[in-house]
Amino acid sequence: MSAATTDEVQTVVAARRLARTKTVFIGVGRPSTAAILARMVHNPSLVLIYESGTIGAKPFHIPLSIGDGELSETADAVVSVPEMFNYWIGAGRVDLAFLAAAQVDRFANLNSTVIGDYDAPRTRLPGAGGAPEIAASCGEVVVVVPHSRRTLVERLDFVTTVGHGDGPGARRRLGLRGKGPTAVITDLGVLEPDPETVALTLTQVHEGVTVEQAREATGWELAVAEQLRVTDPPSETELAALRELLAR
Amino acid sequence: MARVVSLTDAIAELVRDGDSVALEGFTHLIPFAAGHELLRQGRRELELIRMTPDLLYDQMIGVGAARRLVFSYGGNPGVGSLHRFRDAVENGWPHPIELEEHSHAGMANRYMAGAADLPFAILRGYAGTDLVAHTTVSFIECPFTGERLAAVAALRPDVAIVHAQEADGDGNVQLWGIPGVQKEAVLAAKRSLVTVERIVERLVPRPGGVVIPGWALSFVATAPGGSQPSYSQGVTERDNDFYRAWDEISRNRERFCAWMDEHVFGKVVAR
Repeated sequence: MSAATTDEVQTVVAARRLARTKTVFIGVGRPSTAAILARMVHNPSLVLIYESGTIGAKPFHIPLSIGDGELSETADAVVSVPEMFNYWIGAGRVDLAFLAAAQVDRFANLNSTVIGDYDAPRTRLPGAGGAPEIAASCGEVVVVVPHSRRTLVERLDFVTTVGHGDGPGARRRLGLRGKGPTAVITDLGVLEPDPETVALTLTQVHEGVTVEQAREATGWELAVAEQLRVTDPPSETELAALRELLAR
Repeated sequence: MARVVSLTDAIAELVRDGDSVALEGFTHLIPFAAGHELLRQGRRELELIRMTPDLLYDQMIGVGAARRLVFSYGGNPGVGSLHRFRDAVENGWPHPIELEEHSHAGMANRYMAGAADLPFAILRGYAGTDLVAHTTVSFIECPFTGERLAAVAALRPDVAIVHAQEADGDGNVQLWGIPGVQKEAVLAAKRSLVTVERIVERLVPRPGGVVIPGWALSFVATAPGGSQPSYSQGVTERDNDFYRAWDEISRNRERFCAWMDEHVFGKVVAR
């Protein structure tokens, strides 16, 4: 089998994060691939929840949209959007949520609204979707993004979704009940909030990635954990399952 | 009681220039046929309301039918940008569009308040985000616990249009699969239309089926295949290839206009 690509490593690392998770909230793209992979190799009873209202979906194929027919056909329950956000997400019934964003800052706040000024944006992005309340109320949030200075920025152009706000205590002051972001998984490594400062700190690099590389690709002065781990490379099982899934 | 009429007649009676119109559907059951008929009848200056604007609103914005957009996620799901929406916001083409944006939770609750005829809804949300400075949201204190909660104003569209699998001759409607926010949108609106794949003699209850009594609707019209390229669970499949192809069609203004002329404006609907 050929060596894993950086994209594959990122997906595999995201999937491992779900090994002991009971319920996961996912959007489309890499997080969805990771969650389906987790069901295949780590955690067959993992409950996949998509914001279209499908709870306990068991897709065989990676869905293009969060509302593909296969999701509702295989779900344990299909609920309306108001029910999804009020009874399931808002009430804190979901353990972990994967989110993506165009920009992430050092406190893992997210921008998916605009690049540039709100009233005259350089790039108009899709907008908030479910992210603000998902991040407010799910047990924890794992952010999956590419590692680059375009994405990991010193200052967000727009705060769409609060991660750790302006630092320690911010979530409590704002009344946000979940733990917030516990990890940012990139194609270079893993960033986690420092227990004291809650600022994102490089705690893990993927095999073959240097600290210098990760710092160079981060838009702020990236702190590095004393005990920096190196990602276990994808196993044969993980990689074979991922490639088989992508080929379906 | 809902009047069962042709799609052309329903749209002609239902929608006026300047109306606020919600064509709902959360990935599933998007009322494309009704939206296209509305464009063919030349409706203008619309306030378009929808959680997930998607391709249909990209088309409506691209031809200049929208004055304002109220929404929570304006993307082509799993594919990327809505290029006509972006062109309108970034470059004012074909004309500038006013935005009011929310989160999904905010929009869903606004529809619920509208359906319940309450002035507003409450939720835990918006706190700490820049949305607060750019949209209509307020914060109130719970009279029982003192908790600070977000308050969002009820949505009361002039018109709601949704698609469903079937209706009976009295205009009672049943939809199943992902139910989205369609029931709330219809009950929140002053006037409503449900387009259906087929009229059946009697509605047979389906697992997860949502039934809306005909007396709560204004119009029902048949529009077989009317949610394509979205889908109607059990009847049609989502055309994912078209969602991917739209990225290229919509990127370029001339290509977009030519596509609309050929596939929407040039099409005559059977009455």
